Amino acid sequence: MSYIPHTPEDIKQMLGVIGVTGIDELFKDIPAGLRPRSFDIPAGKSEAEVTRHLCRLAAKNATHLVNFVGAGFYDHFIPAAVDAIVNRPEFYTAYTPYQPECSQGWLQAIYEYQTVICELTGLDVSNASLYDGGTALYEALMMAVRLTGRNKIIVDSGVNLIYRTMLYTYTKNLSIEFVEIPVVHGQSSRTEFGKHLDEKAAAVILQNPNFFGAVDDYSDVVEQVHKFGALAIGSFYPVSLGKLKSPGEMGFDIATGEGQSLGIPLSFGGPYLGFMSAKKELVRQMPGRIVGATVDSEGKRGFVLTLQTREQHIRREKATSNICSNEALCALRAAVFASLLGREGLKELAEHNYQKAEFAKEELSRISGVEVKRSSPTFNEFTVQLPHHADEVVYRMIDKGFACGFPLGRYYKGMDNYLLIAVTEKRTKEDILGLAGSLEAVL
Amino acid sequence: MKLIFEQHKEGRRGFTYEKADVPDAKPLAKKYCRKYDTNLSSVSELDVVRHYTNLSRLNFSVDTNFYPLGSCTMKYNPKFTERVASFDGFSQLHPLLPQLSGGGMLAQGALEVLYEAEKLLAEITGMAAFTTQPLAGAHGELTGAMLIAAYHKDKGARRKYVIVPDSSHGTNPASAAIAGYQVIVIPTGRDGYMDLNEYKNKLSTETAAVMLTCPDTLGIFNPHIKEIADMAHEAGALMYYDGANLNALLGKARPGDIGFDVVHINLHKTFATPHGGGGPGAGPVGVSGHLVDFLPIPRVIRRSDGTYALDYHSHKSIGYIAPFYGNFGVILKAYAYMLRLGKEGLIKAAEAAVLNANYCRARLKEHYDQTFDKACMHECVFSAARQVKNGVHALDIAKYLIDKGYHPPTVYFPMIVKEALMIEPTETESKETLDGFIDVMIEIARLAQSDPSAITRAPLNTPVKRLDETKAAREPNLRWKP
Repeated sequence: MSYIPHTPEDIKQMLGVIGVTGIDELFKDIPAGLRPRSFDIPAGKSEAEVTRHLCRLAAKNATHLVNFVGAGFYDHFIPAAVDAIVNRPEFYTAYTPYQPECSQGWLQAIYEYQTVICELTGLDVSNASLYDGGTALYEALMMAVRLTGRNKIIVDSGVNLIYRTMLYTYTKNLSIEFVEIPVVHGQSSRTEFGKHLDEKAAAVILQNPNFFGAVDDYSDVVEQVHKFGALAIGSFYPVSLGKLKSPGEMGFDIATGEGQSLGIPLSFGGPYLGFMSAKKELVRQMPGRIVGATVDSEGKRGFVLTLQTREQHIRREKATSNICSNEALCALRAAVFASLLGREGLKELAEHNYQKAEFAKEELSRISGVEVKRSSPTFNEFTVQLPHHADEVVYRMIDKGFACGFPLGRYYKGMDNYLLIAVTEKRTKEDILGLAGSLEAVL
Repeated sequence: MKLIFEQHKEGRRGFTYEKADVPDAKPLAKKYCRKYDTNLSSVSELDVVRHYTNLSRLNFSVDTNFYPLGSCTMKYNPKFTERVASFDGFSQLHPLLPQLSGGGMLAQGALEVLYEAEKLLAEITGMAAFTTQPLAGAHGELTGAMLIAAYHKDKGARRKYVIVPDSSHGTNPASAAIAGYQVIVIPTGRDGYMDLNEYKNKLSTETAAVMLTCPDTLGIFNPHIKEIADMAHEAGALMYYDGANLNALLGKARPGDIGFDVVHINLHKTFATPHGGGGPGAGPVGVSGHLVDFLPIPRVIRRSDGTYALDYHSHKSIGYIAPFYGNFGVILKAYAYMLRLGKEGLIKAAEAAVLNANYCRARLKEHYDQTFDKACMHECVFSAARQVKNGVHALDIAKYLIDKGYHPPTVYFPMIVKEALMIEPTETESKETLDGFIDVMIEIARLAQSDPSAITRAPLNTPVKRLDETKAAREPNLRWKP
């Protein structure tokens, strides 16, 4: 089954029009010596068979665990209306809106998405999406290098290790010098920043809340960064922006982040959504598609892909980025999610996350041997110190029905006994009490 | 249409959360909190649903219109793959679960999907191994360029150049450049193939790789491809295969057999996953044996007891290129599609795709110029040069097609063809659909002679008329403001 509508009679007629006797003739340009040495693919299966097979595989994945694992990727509730909209084939079976007159729906939706991102981050301009939070951070870094003509990047080690590692991978063959700033008591060290910040710095990269869940006000760091003519780049958790000081309020030049929390399912790591917003003077260095409003020949408002001279299909090797396909459908999820929640809903969501995590901290701190780290305020994720290796505790908690957190020893030396626990609005009081009770039992 | 923000009414709500079931916590210090609220709209759920539903109706899509957008392989996206990807066992799965101790067994189904999808892709392309991590085609290219750099570095050489033909996708030179390479562009010869003499002249021991699309962006299978690959290898360079046009070759030729060392595949093209209005895509990268050690980590492996696991132990790996294992939801749909089609189905897909393109070419070649008059594979490229004499440009033809309910072909690409019209019908379109489209294209060719203004004033039946793109670029209005 190939979803091919051709009848034998169609094929015969079409071959006749082409002027060949068989389909093989259409492949005659491929020399005999280049025909496949093997093509050992199983025979096709019916829709029911494939569905059954994948149903079985889906059942082998443990989605029954009560989830307290976050580490940058969060289990939030997704309103049904979000799914209903993105499941409209007029959205999901379209291509990039190159032809604006037959893509106004998509173009307007992206313009609205760009507005949502600007509103959340408090910055002026947003692009139409990037692949994920890590690649968005990399693109921001490259913007800073181009804009400043400098090559030193100062990265806070509170930035997700996966993202930091991605930055190193992407820049391995470029002459970029990285300096990592240690985290002290859960927050980035101002003294260390002071030591390394100089006229060679292209950018400083921070994350809020940082990987340990700690919330900070980076206004002072950003001010210093600007004194040296460098750019302040941050990675932000969009749900937290319903409550926390926005990147714009702190003076950041470029805000990036993982948009998964805005109505996008966890889906084992993707597709997700990289977002990026910036001060307006940086727009011509931004990567990726950007939608703008304009007017048609009758003066009516309409939307187009704009500032395309930045992009690879025009500038080729001189483009600001190589990105072509982005994550438009995930951006649509974010736009619909934000529209449903609105200003008040977003605040409510952020508040619930904060309150539930604070409640969890209280409950967990009652357990003997568990120390909740309180040197910095947190949003919906926090660090606890356990009496044993966190890996062991996590392993035992799986038996109790909990994915109880992310063991920090995996990413940070000397933190084997530390666990990172995320509490979203989806976790009920009962879930949290259950976590505390089971943790006490396994310690 | 009004923007969602223009439908705001104070006090209206589209979604509410239940009252928090935990006691009030100590408030967060003010210095950490935002001073200014967002201006997100307050609207009802129906407002939102009606708004976006009505917006969706302003789009052309594969499910509503013939969409012969060249190079994009806009084939039908089978519905069952959407259902499969929405199973809770996949969609609710946290990517960090298998990285927890004892967590490997919590995601066996998902790891099996990745492992088996990689195996199928390797067999289809003739490569030794794949990574599913790249998140789109261009991301695959960048990954490929980094693999190539790692390979040469390992051999003790830092080669400087990547060669691309002038007919290549813009992403090829862009990806090579951001990976740190200088790009050498080889012109297309009069015969429509990359100029071999020029290629020989530019190829050197400083060439890291040659990036090619095959069939190329003219829809032509280059008969010198093996020779090009052999020459590259002799110079110690690697061959990179841009998989945008793989749909033409399924079961007919494999990049690995031809001599390509690194391959990316656009799952959202050849393997029928929906393109989502611009993404998500997925761009798995395959490599030949001598590059396997450089693949990104983690790799998915199958252990002797039949279970699957993540393997981080590769000291030569280029490292992390994505946060996890790629766009899993997309890979899953492509895997379902491959299982469904199977060997015969995949071969038939390539055959019907090539049949459809040649049928379009045969019926249209009297009416439009072809810069390179050659039998095509899965897509055919015309030039509107003849129509331009009467003031009708490729863009005008595109707009007229929209009025008639057809998504236009790709226009003005490849850049080596003046006024290019690049038609890729794909295999899932019927003869009747093609005939309807071709008839309109012939009507355009006739009108271009008899009444050019009928074409140049299009579109007339669209929600907006031609838009002022200059104004959009000169006075950027990129967001709504209260």
